[in-house]
Amino acid sequence: MSKEQSQVIVITSGKGGVGKTTTTANIGVGLSLLGKKVVLVDTDIGLRNLDVVLGLENRIVYDLVDVVSGNCKVRQALIKDKRYEGLCLIPAAQTKDKDAVTEEQMKNLCEELKEDFDFIIIDCPAGIEQGFKNAIAGADKAIVVTTPEVSAVRDADRIIGLLDANEIDEHFLLINRIRTDMVKRGEMMNVDDVLDILNIELIGIVPDDENIIVSTNKGEPAVVNMKSVAGQGYRNITKRLSGENVPLMELDAGGFFSKLFGKFRKK
Amino acid sequence: MIDLSRIFGRRKVASKDLAKDRLKLVLVHDRANTDTEFLEKIKDEIMKVLEKYMDVADSGLDIQITTAQSEDGQSAVPALTANIPIKAMKRK
Repeated sequence: MSKEQSQVIVITSGKGGVGKTTTTANIGVGLSLLGKKVVLVDTDIGLRNLDVVLGLENRIVYDLVDVVSGNCKVRQALIKDKRYEGLCLIPAAQTKDKDAVTEEQMKNLCEELKEDFDFIIIDCPAGIEQGFKNAIAGADKAIVVTTPEVSAVRDADRIIGLLDANEIDEHFLLINRIRTDMVKRGEMMNVDDVLDILNIELIGIVPDDENIIVSTNKGEPAVVNMKSVAGQGYRNITKRLSGENVPLMELDAGGFFSKLFGKFRKK
Repeated sequence: MIDLSRIFGRRKVASKDLAKDRLKLVLVHDRANTDTEFLEKIKDEIMKVLEKYMDVADSGLDIQITTAQSEDGQSAVPALTANIPIKAMKRK
C-alpha cells in the first residue's frame, strides 16, 4: 500500500458520553473485518477506555506517551488484537498529564503510522482543550459523533466550527443512539432535523441498542454481532469509509429515514 | 403519569420541535460569539455604507446578536442590533 491511500480519521464530539470510544472500537473492528490494516489510537490521556471496550486491557505494556516521548519504538506499543486480523491499538497513558503529548508529536506519529496502516483512527477526548487539539493535529478527516439531543447537537456544532478553523474540511456526522419509538412520537429529533441544524454530510446512523452495553461488558464490539441493529449501523459506516455506496438503514418508524444515503444536502 | 391534555384532544407541540427551535436560536448566538472576526467584519462594512451619508462616531458603535420576540409574540428569534450614534448628517 502507498502512503497516499492511508487515512487518518479522528472520532470527536465535544460532549462526553455520546459514544466516541464505542464508535472508534466498532469502526476499527469493522474495517479490519473488511480486510483493512487498522490502528486505533486512544488520545484520552488520564481517562483511557478504548482498551477495555476492545477487551485488550490486560495486554498493555507501553502507551501513547511512551511512544511520543521515545521511551519505546512505535511497534513495541502496538497491541495486536488476536481476534481480528490487521487490528492494532495504541492505548492512552493512564497516569500521565494531558500535556505529556504535543500537537507536533501527534502529527509525526500519524505520519509514521501511515507507512504501515490503511486507517489510523484517533479516539478524541471530550472537550475542546489541548487533548482535542492533539487528537486532530494529524487528522485528514473527522467523524463528529452526536446523539439527537440538544446538548450533544450544540457541542457538535461547536466542534464542526473548530474543525473548519483547523482546516479539517472533510468532516462527517454520525448520529448515535436514535430511538425509533421516540422519533415516531415526535419526542426525539429525527435524522433530517439534526442534519437541518448542523448542515454537514452524514456518514451513518446507529440506533440505540442494548447490545452495545452487553458487548462492552464482554469487550467484543457490537459490529461483529449480526443480530445487533447498532452493529448493522456500524457495518454500514465501515463499508462507506472503505468506499462502498451503502443506502442509509431503514428503521421501522417508516417514512422518516426513507431517503437514501448520499441524497442528503452537502454544505 | 397520564397526560390529560392528550386524552382530551388538545394537541401538544412535539418536544422535538421545541428542541429544534431552541437549538437553532442558541446556535445563532454560539456561532456569532465564537467567531471573533464575524461581528468586526459586519461592523466595518456597515460603517463604510453609513459614512457615505452621515458622520458616525466609531467609538460609540455597539453591534451585537440579541434575542427578540417574533412578530406573533409566541417565540424568541435572533436579531442583530446595532446602536450607532450619529454626529452629523451630510448634505446631499
